[in-house]
Amino acid sequence: MIRVIDLYKSFNSKKVLQGVDLEVKKGESMVVIGGSGSGKSVLIKHIIGILTPDSGKVVIDDVDITSLEEGELNEIRKKFGMLFQGAALFDSLSVWENVGFGLRQHRGMKDNEIRAIASEKLGMVGLAGIENLMPSDLSGGMRKRVGLARAIAMDPEILLYDEPTTGIDPIMADVINDLIIEMREKLKVTSIAITHDMVSAYKIADRIAMLYMGKIVSVGTPEEIKNSDNAIVKQFITGSAIGPITV
Amino acid sequence: MFRIFEFIGAHIRPFLEEFGRMVLLLLNTFKWLIRPPLDIRNIMKQILEVGVRSTPVVLITAVFTGMVLALQSYTGFKRFNAEAMMGTVVALSMTRELGPVLTGLIVAGRAGSAMAAELGTMRVTEQIDALYTMATNPVKYLIVPRFLAGILMLPALTILADIIGIIGGYFVGVVILDTNPTVYISRTKDYLVLSDIYNGLIKSSFFGMAISLISCYKGFYTEGGAEGVGKATTGAVVISSMTILISDYFLSAWLYG
Repeated sequence: MIRVIDLYKSFNSKKVLQGVDLEVKKGESMVVIGGSGSGKSVLIKHIIGILTPDSGKVVIDDVDITSLEEGELNEIRKKFGMLFQGAALFDSLSVWENVGFGLRQHRGMKDNEIRAIASEKLGMVGLAGIENLMPSDLSGGMRKRVGLARAIAMDPEILLYDEPTTGIDPIMADVINDLIIEMREKLKVTSIAITHDMVSAYKIADRIAMLYMGKIVSVGTPEEIKNSDNAIVKQFITGSAIGPITV
Repeated sequence: MFRIFEFIGAHIRPFLEEFGRMVLLLLNTFKWLIRPPLDIRNIMKQILEVGVRSTPVVLITAVFTGMVLALQSYTGFKRFNAEAMMGTVVALSMTRELGPVLTGLIVAGRAGSAMAAELGTMRVTEQIDALYTMATNPVKYLIVPRFLAGILMLPALTILADIIGIIGGYFVGVVILDTNPTVYISRTKDYLVLSDIYNGLIKSSFFGMAISLISCYKGFYTEGGAEGVGKATTGAVVISSMTILISDYFLSAWLYG
């Protein structure tokens, strides 16, 4: 279980998170929605401990990770897999080396064992046979799927998705959505996705949380969010320029 | 009056901040350097990049530098009939100064810029964040191998530059300007002492460390997309080159003083 408690974070004078509370149950798929610059990425980076909060806690399975030493934090991070917005594949490594990166770093496996697992994970995202390509040879959608294969290579308990459908065409976006659902069902992972793509949010979420002005303003099932009376939520999901959210 | 202090402060503070962060990165690098295991695969990759791939440029620079040194010192010394000292001038200049400094400047331009650009790109495309999420420390994984490659490869390249520079000087002195080869060689051997060479290598090792540290620092803390990567790369080359030239004076004063 993941609990974010009263999280505050500022960069210089810019207040990004101003008391975020969020709870994600084991095996649940949580989607955090919010506008560009609302602090979604900052929130997700706190959950995996890349950023340290000014105050507040992030509790992963009863451990507050905000006060951990790097070594202890790395043990917690091994429970995670993360898909970055631009996939963040390592340019200098081939596809199979990217997918097997964690296996080489932490399990001390030999090349042929790593390759075998990398092939299996690539198969799961529908990309068998591209092991030897370099990231620069791949299209945007392929990069995201390789990023997903890398995220699941270490059999994580928690998957984080940073804008999984941003920057790719609608059909590929739906392929990614299906993969996210498949991961949850097959691997029984807890997942947190951040997005502003409502089609994707409705499809992959068990629950949706809306982040606005550094706080979670509403949490509910996709059905509840669709029928929300909250003016902020209403404006966001209908994508209207008129309402309480100003740009 | 206070305006002046404000002005000075506003310009010095960012510099001191940056210097402080660089020192912290250096300490952090040492911390991860002594913590096993060493990533041999990555270290070899960087040695290839910094050392082997820089060799052709270093050799071409060194041979022509040796040649022009011979040519110029011949012209100069001929005016008071001391052209036999040409070999000494070439050997001392190459081993004490030009070998280490020119090699440093070339590696700063070639490998330093590449380090800053690569790490900068990794920063802005979240690859460095990805390393953290995969429980891998980026200082250990990215900076330590580059740091070691710099420290080890600069002296190695400098030895090559020394040798090739002296050969280039010999070629011009003996083959083109037709001086006596025996005299040229004996004047080289008699006046060159071992400390000329190894003090040059100590300097070059320091230059290697400075190039790697500055370039990695610039890349690692890149902000602001493609433009930021460009700035980091330029900054890495400029600051590395300045550091080499400035520290060269002080190191020389200390080592040869």
